[in-house]
Amino acid sequence: MSSNEPSVAMIEQTAGKRAARAAARRRARGSHRGFGPDRRPGPVGYVFLIAAVLISAYPLYFAFLLATSNAAEIAKHPIPSLLPKGELVDNITRVVNSGIDLRGAFINSLIVSGVVSVSVVFFSTLAGYAFSKLRFRGRDGLLTFVIATMAVPAQLGVVPLFIVMARLGWTGQLIAVIVPAMVSAFGVFWMTQYIRDALPYELIEAARVDGASMFRTFWSVALPAARPAASMLALFTFVGSWTNFFWPFIVLGAKNPTLPVALQLLQASYFKDYSLIMAGVVVATVPLLILFVFAGRQLVSGIMQGAVKG
Amino acid sequence: MTPAATPLKASREPAPNPPTRTQRRGSMSRRDKLGRLDFVVSPYLYIAPFFVVFAITGLYPLLYTAWVSFHKWHLIGGDQGFTGVDNYVNVLQQPNFWIALRNTFSIFLLSSVPQIILAILIAYVLHTNLRAKTFWRMGVLLPYVVAPVAVSIIFSKLFADQSGMVNAILGQVGIGPIGWHASAFWSHIAIANMVNFRWTGYNALIILAAMQAIPRELYEAATVDGAGRMRQFWSVTIPQLRSTIMFVVINSTIGGLQIFDEPRMFDTMGNGGADNQWLTLTMYLYQLGWGPQKSFGRASAVAWILFLIILLFASLSFLLTRRIASSGTDPARSGRRRRPRRAQHRTAARRAGNSRVQEGALS
Repeated sequence: MSSNEPSVAMIEQTAGKRAARAAARRRARGSHRGFGPDRRPGPVGYVFLIAAVLISAYPLYFAFLLATSNAAEIAKHPIPSLLPKGELVDNITRVVNSGIDLRGAFINSLIVSGVVSVSVVFFSTLAGYAFSKLRFRGRDGLLTFVIATMAVPAQLGVVPLFIVMARLGWTGQLIAVIVPAMVSAFGVFWMTQYIRDALPYELIEAARVDGASMFRTFWSVALPAARPAASMLALFTFVGSWTNFFWPFIVLGAKNPTLPVALQLLQASYFKDYSLIMAGVVVATVPLLILFVFAGRQLVSGIMQGAVKG
Repeated sequence: MTPAATPLKASREPAPNPPTRTQRRGSMSRRDKLGRLDFVVSPYLYIAPFFVVFAITGLYPLLYTAWVSFHKWHLIGGDQGFTGVDNYVNVLQQPNFWIALRNTFSIFLLSSVPQIILAILIAYVLHTNLRAKTFWRMGVLLPYVVAPVAVSIIFSKLFADQSGMVNAILGQVGIGPIGWHASAFWSHIAIANMVNFRWTGYNALIILAAMQAIPRELYEAATVDGAGRMRQFWSVTIPQLRSTIMFVVINSTIGGLQIFDEPRMFDTMGNGGADNQWLTLTMYLYQLGWGPQKSFGRASAVAWILFLIILLFASLSFLLTRRIASSGTDPARSGRRRRPRRAQHRTAARRAGNSRVQEGALS
């Protein structure tokens, strides 16, 4: 931009407020001025984003449309109309009364995701507090080990893990899904990072001086301080656990399924009746969509923080 | 704490309990001993849950896999003796193994390459002075909360050969129906689309975060040097995103090579198609272990082969991405030195950790 152009303030004095505002707008739009967060997106940018969001949302809406329709209609029109029909409740009732125990699967998923989230958050905060604020022999080495375990593909140990679960007699039981997921290396790392910055040593010392035991200090000082990161971790763990398929599929099987496993069974046994299957998909997806509506903002900022911080 | 009366030792190490009793009695009381024990042992107790659970459900199975892979091992019968590398030899002689390998790589490439390019573009548009920023960010993240199984069911209906919506639309444009399930290539495209659907927005947000961390001075300097928008994008933005792109690529390598949910649910049989058109390595592993053969030994051998492949390709994509992203970095490199310390620290942290995508992809 040429340096001899008058400043906005000067324009305001000589030509009035409206001209100044127009000049400011012009500047913000200027092609080589303004980059990154200052750059105003052109119409192309908005069109691109609208397309991206529509592509993200449409498949879900498509599932909803089929879930509100009936099998005959779906067979007749491969492209569903844009407005839902009125048979959603009917279809959901049919799913619930089908041979597959969707209600039980729903409860199972709630139990697994809930317990896993609470336990991952608790143990990760505990370990994160120790790694970031307490001194002990071998601390750095152990933390490095925790981080290194994140690189190991989880599916590698599926066969022997199954053998272990079979020996314990846990196959087909929720505990076989819960226990391996109770801790997470990522969670430990995430909480360590957060508590390192968020909890000043003075607070810990103050609690100690007041006579609090180690655990008491953790419980009433570290845990409250870690709450923002903990809720984020809980959110991610819940989503991850709710959508997990491979391991529950192997170890639970058809007897005591979680929702994704039940969906698989539903698809395998009712493969012609897509209104029924999609009703199942809607039942399995709606809870997370509700969660997303309320906590999507945190989910977004969590991903972005995680990407920047580690 | 009364400093005068406190024994020197206790004052140097912050005691968990105020040492009033110690002062009075001159020796360690029971409570104080407990306090010291608390102080020394607690950190280990706090980190113990992770290590105990990981040892039992992570490390032990990992090593055990190697052991099982050298044995004849039946799902129900259990260990039936040491067989050396027989399982490996057997697996490598199966044509299905090679088909699965080909499919896995094909799906992996068809999903990660467009996904990362698209994610960078979305991030680039999101990285502007948009109205309703949060709405757009949430909009592209929406698919992330949908279970892969649900995504697969929806897409397998969308891409159905006869009654699918995609073929119906193509038919109206005058393109004949595509055999999404019959042809290996088209089934890979359909499956890659499921993966892209779920992960593109997620990766876009990670890249967006990295874009926001690029110091503004670099763009100012580029503007002064007369670089246009495209030139700035290629010579400033992309090189500065290097470590993040690397991380996204490696994570999609680790996740993509283990793909199971999407191909398993692509049809109702879950066997990878009549001619194994979309059988992947993890599906093959499952078939060996829990299918008719029930051979845990061979399944374990596949697991180890898969692990070695992932290791190889994670390092390969590491090297490759570093080369691609560092081509034409001369201006950026000199800029990097000028970056404020905090930003550098952040980049380092990003490089060190970042298991996020993997976490999501695996769990």
